[in-house]
Amino acid sequence: MNKPELVKIVESQIERREFPDFKAGDTITVNYKIKEGNKERIQSYSGVVIQRKGAGATATFTVRKISNNIGVERIFPIVSPFIDTIEVNKRGVVRRARIFYLRGLRGKKARIKEKRV
Amino acid sequence: MSGLLGKKIGMTSVYDASGKMVPCTVIQAGPCVVTQVRTKEKDGYDAIQLSFDEVKEKSVNKPLMGHFNKANTTPKRMMAEFTRFEVEHRKDFGESINVEIFIEGEYIDVSGISKGKGFQGVVRRHGFAGVGGTTHGQHNRLRAPGSLGASSYPSRVFPGMRMAGRLGGNKVKMINLQIVKIIPEKNILVVKGSVPGSNGSYLKIERWS
Repeated sequence: MNKPELVKIVESQIERREFPDFKAGDTITVNYKIKEGNKERIQSYSGVVIQRKGAGATATFTVRKISNNIGVERIFPIVSPFIDTIEVNKRGVVRRARIFYLRGLRGKKARIKEKRV
Repeated sequence: MSGLLGKKIGMTSVYDASGKMVPCTVIQAGPCVVTQVRTKEKDGYDAIQLSFDEVKEKSVNKPLMGHFNKANTTPKRMMAEFTRFEVEHRKDFGESINVEIFIEGEYIDVSGISKGKGFQGVVRRHGFAGVGGTTHGQHNRLRAPGSLGASSYPSRVFPGMRMAGRLGGNKVKMINLQIVKIIPEKNILVVKGSVPGSNGSYLKIERWS
Protein backbone atom coordinates (compact mmCIF):
# COMPACT_ATOMS: atom_id res chain seq x y z
CA MET A 1 0.00 0.00 0.00
CA ASN A 2 1.21 3.47 -0.83
CA LYS A 3 1.73 5.85 2.01
CA PRO A 4 -0.19 9.13 2.08
CA GLU A 5 1.67 12.19 0.83
CA LEU A 6 1.77 13.93 4.22
CA VAL A 7 3.23 10.85 5.91
CA LYS A 8 5.98 10.82 3.26
CA ILE A 9 6.77 14.46 4.03
CA VAL A 10 7.25 13.62 7.71
CA GLU A 11 9.37 10.59 6.84
CA SER A 12 11.53 12.57 4.41
CA GLN A 13 12.81 14.65 7.34
CA ILE A 14 14.41 11.63 8.95
CA GLU A 15 18.08 11.31 8.16
CA ARG A 16 18.74 8.35 5.86
CA ARG A 17 22.16 6.87 5.25
CA GLU A 18 23.35 4.87 2.28
CA PHE A 19 23.87 1.17 2.84
CA PRO A 20 24.87 -1.42 0.26
CA ASP A 21 21.93 -3.00 -1.47
CA PHE A 22 20.95 -6.41 -0.07
CA LYS A 23 17.99 -8.73 -0.26
CA ALA A 24 16.66 -11.96 1.20
CA GLY A 25 19.20 -14.78 1.00
CA ASP A 26 22.24 -12.53 1.39
CA THR A 27 24.59 -12.99 4.29
CA ILE A 28 25.32 -9.64 5.95
CA THR A 29 27.07 -8.21 8.97
CA VAL A 30 25.33 -5.41 10.84
CA ASN A 31 27.62 -3.29 12.99
CA TYR A 32 25.34 -2.03 15.72
CA LYS A 33 26.13 0.72 18.22
CA ILE A 34 25.45 -0.22 21.81
CA LYS A 35 25.36 2.32 24.61
CA GLU A 36 26.54 1.16 28.02
CA GLY A 37 26.33 4.00 30.49
CA ASN A 38 28.35 6.72 28.85
CA LYS A 39 30.43 4.43 26.68
CA GLU A 40 29.48 3.44 23.20
CA ARG A 41 30.79 0.34 21.50
CA ILE A 42 30.07 -1.51 18.29
CA GLN A 43 28.72 -5.02 18.23
CA SER A 44 28.57 -6.95 14.98
CA TYR A 45 25.75 -9.31 14.20
CA SER A 46 26.00 -11.45 11.10
CA GLY A 47 23.56 -13.84 9.52
CA VAL A 48 21.22 -14.46 6.64
CA VAL A 49 18.64 -11.84 5.65
CA ILE A 50 15.30 -13.62 5.62
CA GLN A 51 13.06 -10.70 4.79
CA ARG A 52 12.90 -7.02 3.99
CA LYS A 53 9.66 -5.41 5.03
CA GLY A 54 7.89 -2.07 4.80
CA ALA A 55 8.70 1.18 3.08
CA GLY A 56 10.04 4.59 3.97
CA ALA A 57 10.93 5.29 7.59
CA THR A 58 9.26 2.15 8.90
CA ALA A 59 11.17 -0.31 6.67
CA THR A 60 12.87 -3.17 8.52
CA PHE A 61 14.94 -6.24 7.72
CA THR A 62 15.28 -9.50 9.62
CA VAL A 63 18.61 -11.28 10.06
CA ARG A 64 18.72 -14.92 11.15
CA LYS A 65 21.70 -16.75 12.53
CA ILE A 66 22.37 -19.90 14.52
CA SER A 67 23.93 -19.01 17.84
CA ASN A 68 25.00 -21.88 20.16
CA ASN A 69 22.69 -24.21 18.25
CA ILE A 70 19.72 -21.90 18.80
CA GLY A 71 18.19 -19.97 15.95
CA VAL A 72 18.22 -16.20 16.61
CA GLU A 73 16.37 -13.63 14.55
CA ARG A 74 16.84 -9.94 14.94
CA ILE A 75 14.77 -7.21 13.31
CA PHE A 76 16.49 -3.91 12.46
CA PRO A 77 14.78 -0.73 11.25
CA ILE A 78 16.78 0.47 8.25
CA VAL A 79 16.76 4.13 9.37
CA SER A 80 17.81 3.24 12.92
CA PRO A 81 20.51 5.66 14.10
CA PHE A 82 22.20 2.80 15.97
CA ILE A 83 23.21 0.97 12.81
CA ASP A 84 26.81 1.93 12.15
CA THR A 85 27.56 0.04 8.93
CA ILE A 86 26.22 -2.92 7.00
CA GLU A 87 28.56 -5.25 5.10
CA VAL A 88 27.37 -7.73 2.53
CA ASN A 89 29.43 -10.89 2.91
CA LYS A 90 27.72 -13.21 0.47
CA ARG A 91 25.06 -12.92 -2.21
CA GLY A 92 22.68 -15.84 -2.09
CA VAL A 93 20.45 -17.35 -4.77
CA VAL A 94 16.90 -17.75 -3.46
CA ARG A 95 13.61 -17.90 -5.32
CA ARG A 96 11.43 -15.93 -2.96
CA ALA A 97 11.49 -12.58 -1.18
CA ARG A 98 10.83 -14.01 2.29
CA ILE A 99 12.71 -17.20 3.00
CA PHE A 100 10.89 -18.33 6.16
CA TYR A 101 11.36 -21.98 5.09
CA LEU A 102 14.89 -21.57 6.46
CA ARG A 103 13.46 -21.73 9.98
CA GLY A 104 12.55 -25.38 9.52
CA LEU A 105 15.95 -26.39 8.18
CA ARG A 106 19.15 -27.11 10.07
CA GLY A 107 22.78 -27.86 9.28
CA LYS A 108 23.63 -28.79 5.70
CA LYS A 109 20.02 -28.41 4.55
CA ALA A 110 20.01 -24.75 5.63
CA ARG A 111 22.71 -23.75 3.17
CA ILE A 112 22.01 -21.15 0.52
CA LYS A 113 23.66 -21.34 -2.89
CA GLU A 114 26.05 -18.47 -3.51
CA LYS A 115 25.54 -16.19 -6.47
CA ARG A 116 28.37 -16.35 -9.03
CA VAL A 117 29.32 -12.95 -10.37
CA MET B 1 -8.57 26.10 25.85
CA SER B 2 -7.27 26.42 22.34
CA GLY B 3 -7.61 23.92 19.58
CA LEU B 4 -8.09 22.97 15.98
CA LEU B 5 -9.90 20.51 13.80
CA GLY B 6 -7.87 17.96 11.90
CA LYS B 7 -7.82 14.81 9.87
CA LYS B 8 -5.98 11.62 10.70
CA ILE B 9 -3.55 10.85 7.87
CA GLY B 10 -1.66 7.78 9.04
CA MET B 11 1.00 6.44 11.33
CA THR B 12 4.77 6.30 11.03
CA SER B 13 7.75 6.41 13.34
CA VAL B 14 10.39 9.04 14.01
CA TYR B 15 13.52 9.01 16.12
CA ASP B 16 14.09 11.23 19.14
CA ALA B 17 17.37 12.86 20.16
CA SER B 18 18.61 9.76 21.97
CA GLY B 19 17.93 7.59 18.94
CA LYS B 20 14.82 5.96 20.37
CA MET B 21 12.06 5.09 17.93
CA VAL B 22 8.83 6.97 18.64
CA PRO B 23 5.60 5.63 17.11
CA CYS B 24 3.52 8.60 16.01
CA THR B 25 0.46 9.70 14.10
CA VAL B 26 0.48 12.29 11.32
CA ILE B 27 -2.48 14.70 11.54
CA GLN B 28 -3.43 17.33 9.02
CA ALA B 29 -4.43 20.11 11.42
CA GLY B 30 -6.19 23.14 10.07
CA PRO B 31 -6.29 25.76 8.74
CA CYS B 32 -9.65 26.33 10.40
CA VAL B 33 -11.95 29.29 9.78
CA VAL B 34 -13.96 30.94 12.54
CA THR B 35 -17.50 30.66 11.19
CA GLN B 36 -19.45 31.68 14.27
CA VAL B 37 -18.79 33.50 17.52
CA ARG B 38 -20.92 32.72 20.57
CA THR B 39 -21.02 35.33 23.31
CA LYS B 40 -22.19 35.29 26.87
CA GLU B 41 -24.76 38.05 26.26
CA LYS B 42 -26.37 36.46 23.24
CA ASP B 43 -25.95 32.70 23.69
CA GLY B 44 -25.22 32.34 27.40
CA TYR B 45 -21.69 31.00 26.88
CA ASP B 46 -18.42 31.96 25.21
CA ALA B 47 -17.28 29.87 22.27
CA ILE B 48 -16.10 30.01 18.70
CA GLN B 49 -17.10 27.67 15.92
CA LEU B 50 -14.28 26.41 13.69
CA SER B 51 -14.75 24.88 10.24
CA PHE B 52 -12.29 22.64 8.47
CA ASP B 53 -11.75 20.77 5.18
CA GLU B 54 -12.86 22.09 1.80
CA VAL B 55 -15.95 20.60 0.22
CA LYS B 56 -17.59 21.14 -3.18
CA GLU B 57 -20.20 23.86 -3.28
CA LYS B 58 -22.83 21.50 -4.71
CA SER B 59 -22.68 19.17 -1.71
CA VAL B 60 -23.64 21.90 0.75
CA ASN B 61 -27.27 22.89 1.20
CA LYS B 62 -28.42 26.50 0.92
CA PRO B 63 -28.85 27.31 4.63
CA LEU B 64 -25.34 26.03 5.34
CA MET B 65 -23.98 27.86 2.29
CA GLY B 66 -25.44 31.08 3.72
CA HIS B 67 -23.66 30.33 6.99
CA PHE B 68 -20.32 30.12 5.20
CA ASN B 69 -21.03 33.13 2.98
CA LYS B 70 -21.61 35.19 6.10
CA ALA B 71 -18.08 34.36 7.26
CA ASN B 72 -16.84 35.11 3.74
CA THR B 73 -15.33 31.66 3.26
CA THR B 74 -15.65 28.55 1.09
CA PRO B 75 -17.87 25.67 2.24
CA LYS B 76 -16.30 23.28 4.75
CA ARG B 77 -17.14 19.74 5.79
CA MET B 78 -16.38 19.64 9.50
CA MET B 79 -17.56 22.11 12.14
CA ALA B 80 -17.17 22.16 15.89
CA GLU B 81 -17.41 24.60 18.75
CA PHE B 82 -14.57 25.35 21.13
CA THR B 83 -15.60 26.90 24.43
CA ARG B 84 -13.55 29.48 26.33
CA PHE B 85 -10.94 29.79 23.57
CA GLU B 86 -7.65 31.30 24.76
CA VAL B 87 -7.52 35.02 24.11
CA GLU B 88 -4.00 35.13 22.62
CA HIS B 89 -4.84 32.55 19.92
CA ARG B 90 -8.41 33.61 19.40
CA LYS B 91 -9.27 35.02 15.97
CA ASP B 92 -12.19 37.15 14.87
CA PHE B 93 -15.16 36.05 12.81
CA GLY B 94 -14.07 34.94 9.32
CA GLU B 95 -10.37 34.69 10.11
CA SER B 96 -8.44 31.45 10.09
CA ILE B 97 -6.40 29.64 12.72
CA ASN B 98 -3.55 27.32 11.81
CA VAL B 99 -1.26 24.80 13.43
CA GLU B 100 1.16 27.48 14.62
CA ILE B 101 -0.86 27.91 17.82
CA PHE B 102 0.84 24.72 19.06
CA ILE B 103 4.45 24.33 20.19
CA GLU B 104 6.58 21.21 19.75
CA GLY B 105 6.85 19.17 22.93
CA GLU B 106 3.63 20.26 24.60
CA TYR B 107 0.72 17.97 25.39
CA ILE B 108 -2.67 17.94 23.67
CA ASP B 109 -5.91 15.99 23.76
CA VAL B 110 -7.25 14.44 20.55
CA SER B 111 -10.79 13.16 20.20
CA GLY B 112 -12.51 11.38 17.34
CA ILE B 113 -14.85 8.53 16.48
CA SER B 114 -13.22 5.14 17.05
CA LYS B 115 -13.25 2.41 14.41
CA GLY B 116 -16.48 0.41 14.43
CA LYS B 117 -15.87 -3.22 15.28
CA GLY B 118 -19.39 -4.59 14.87
CA PHE B 119 -21.14 -7.01 17.21
CA GLN B 120 -18.50 -8.40 19.55
CA GLY B 121 -18.59 -10.86 22.43
CA VAL B 122 -17.79 -10.12 26.07
CA VAL B 123 -14.16 -11.25 25.85
CA ARG B 124 -13.30 -8.60 23.29
CA ARG B 125 -15.84 -5.98 24.36
CA HIS B 126 -15.38 -6.03 28.13
CA GLY B 127 -12.17 -7.96 28.63
CA PHE B 128 -13.82 -11.02 30.22
CA ALA B 129 -11.42 -13.91 30.67
CA GLY B 130 -13.63 -16.56 29.09
CA VAL B 131 -13.58 -20.13 30.35
CA GLY B 132 -10.08 -21.22 31.15
CA GLY B 133 -9.69 -24.82 30.11
CA THR B 134 -11.28 -27.41 27.90
CA THR B 135 -10.83 -30.34 30.31
CA HIS B 136 -13.39 -31.90 32.74
CA GLY B 137 -15.94 -32.28 29.98
CA GLN B 138 -15.88 -28.54 29.23
CA HIS B 139 -16.55 -27.69 25.62
CA ASN B 140 -17.99 -25.03 23.30
CA ARG B 141 -18.18 -22.31 26.03
CA LEU B 142 -14.64 -20.94 25.74
CA ARG B 143 -15.67 -17.29 25.29
CA ALA B 144 -18.99 -17.38 27.15
CA PRO B 145 -19.96 -14.61 29.64
CA GLY B 146 -20.91 -17.00 32.47
CA SER B 147 -23.60 -16.18 35.02
CA LEU B 148 -25.64 -12.97 34.73
CA GLY B 149 -26.56 -12.90 38.42
CA ALA B 150 -28.39 -14.68 41.23
CA SER B 151 -31.64 -16.67 40.89
CA SER B 152 -34.96 -16.18 42.72
CA TYR B 153 -33.73 -12.99 44.29
CA PRO B 154 -33.62 -10.64 42.36
CA SER B 155 -35.28 -12.71 39.60
CA ARG B 156 -34.04 -10.26 37.03
CA VAL B 157 -30.85 -9.07 35.36
CA PHE B 158 -29.56 -5.80 36.74
CA PRO B 159 -29.41 -2.91 34.31
CA GLY B 160 -25.93 -2.22 32.96
CA MET B 161 -24.90 -5.89 33.03
CA ARG B 162 -21.99 -6.19 30.63
CA MET B 163 -22.94 -8.34 27.67
CA ALA B 164 -22.10 -8.80 24.00
CA GLY B 165 -23.04 -6.04 21.59
CA ARG B 166 -21.82 -3.31 19.31
CA LEU B 167 -18.23 -2.26 19.92
CA GLY B 168 -16.46 0.82 18.63
CA GLY B 169 -17.83 3.77 16.71
CA ASN B 170 -17.93 5.86 19.89
CA LYS B 171 -16.40 9.21 20.62
CA VAL B 172 -13.02 8.57 22.20
CA LYS B 173 -10.61 11.12 23.58
CA MET B 174 -6.90 10.43 23.93
CA ILE B 175 -5.44 12.72 26.54
CA ASN B 176 -1.89 14.03 26.97
CA LEU B 177 -0.43 13.17 23.58
CA GLN B 178 2.93 14.81 23.11
CA ILE B 179 3.53 16.88 19.99
CA VAL B 180 6.61 15.43 18.31
CA LYS B 181 6.83 17.69 15.30
CA ILE B 182 5.04 20.57 13.57
CA ILE B 183 5.40 21.41 9.88
CA PRO B 184 3.48 24.69 9.49
CA GLU B 185 3.88 24.95 5.67
CA LYS B 186 1.92 21.74 5.17
CA ASN B 187 -0.29 22.07 8.30
CA ILE B 188 1.18 18.84 9.64
CA LEU B 189 1.00 17.92 13.30
CA VAL B 190 2.83 14.79 14.45
CA VAL B 191 1.80 13.40 17.83
CA LYS B 192 3.24 10.55 19.84
CA GLY B 193 1.07 7.46 19.95
CA SER B 194 -2.20 6.63 18.27
CA VAL B 195 -5.44 8.57 17.84
CA PRO B 196 -8.98 7.22 17.45
CA GLY B 197 -10.53 6.40 14.09
CA SER B 198 -9.47 5.23 10.68
CA ASN B 199 -7.17 7.14 8.36
CA GLY B 200 -9.03 10.13 6.92
CA SER B 201 -11.38 10.50 9.88
CA TYR B 202 -11.92 13.87 11.55
CA LEU B 203 -10.38 14.82 14.86
CA LYS B 204 -10.84 17.55 17.42
CA ILE B 205 -7.53 18.69 18.85
CA GLU B 206 -7.57 20.57 22.15
CA ARG B 207 -4.99 22.05 24.44
CA TRP B 208 -5.90 22.93 28.00
CA SER B 209 -3.53 25.20 29.83
